[in-house]
Amino acid sequence: MKTAVIVFPGSNCDRDMAIALETVTGRAPAMVWHRDTDLPDGVDFIALPGGFSYGDYLRSGAMAARSPILRAVSDAAARGVPVLGVCNGFQVLTEAQLLPGALMRNAGLNFVCRTVPLIVGNSQSLFTAGYKAGEAIDIPVAHHDGNYFADAATLDRLEGEGRVAFRYAAPVNGSARDIAGVLNDAGNILGMMPHPERAIDRAHGGTDGLRLFEAALGVLA
Amino acid sequence: MKVQVYVTLKPGVLDPQGKAIHHALEGLGFGGVSDVRAGRFIELEVADDVTDADLDAMCAKLLANTVIENYRIQRA
Repeated sequence: MKTAVIVFPGSNCDRDMAIALETVTGRAPAMVWHRDTDLPDGVDFIALPGGFSYGDYLRSGAMAARSPILRAVSDAAARGVPVLGVCNGFQVLTEAQLLPGALMRNAGLNFVCRTVPLIVGNSQSLFTAGYKAGEAIDIPVAHHDGNYFADAATLDRLEGEGRVAFRYAAPVNGSARDIAGVLNDAGNILGMMPHPERAIDRAHGGTDGLRLFEAALGVLA
Repeated sequence: MKVQVYVTLKPGVLDPQGKAIHHALEGLGFGGVSDVRAGRFIELEVADDVTDADLDAMCAKLLANTVIENYRIQRA
């Protein structure tokens, strides 16, 4: 089980993500710098961490989405390698057009930083197979630009195809239809604003994020 | 040559920053403002042989996110 965490200048959840991956796989991930053009050979799982890549210049995730390593991530995703983008990683995936929609400034304009209940929308994906559809789980959020936007036709399609992985149980940031996480059409890319890697240790307040990593990495092990 | 790019939110996309600016204007006592939309202004210094198609590609690929934004290019 080879995992990789992409590190951008301004990433700040890359180490939390690395600990989550190592906790589940027993093996430290490769930390891959944004200027690299290749991923480690035979990588089985790629994570784009949270943070403020490139200082959120232009738009959150906009510069990172055009960095050299994203071409390699995109190629790997096209081959079916699972890709998880959390928070800034989700913003990068939408900016790279690997996921539909966009993440805008929170409707209340405030940075939101607290643990929120999520409802699992789809328990069939490789990331969410450890949950039950409709189950409520507690995962922390910490973001300023988490307000998910897509046009109505795209939202209908996402819902119709079971690609809404998670919803907020109550409005958090103004997201269309309370969407917290979406899957690509092939189901091997998940972007989500909440931080499952911050919910893997009871000492940190909860372990509801652990099953995401166990499902995604266990399926492959 | 200077090129000016105006990036604006598409009609129908909610603009919380514009709303906050609107409320602040009202708070300062300015009436008669019915709506505020905030956007971004980017100025480029480009060689004369940069074509309109090049500029359009710059906007579509990076300067604007066309899921939520429109752009307008003006050669100064």
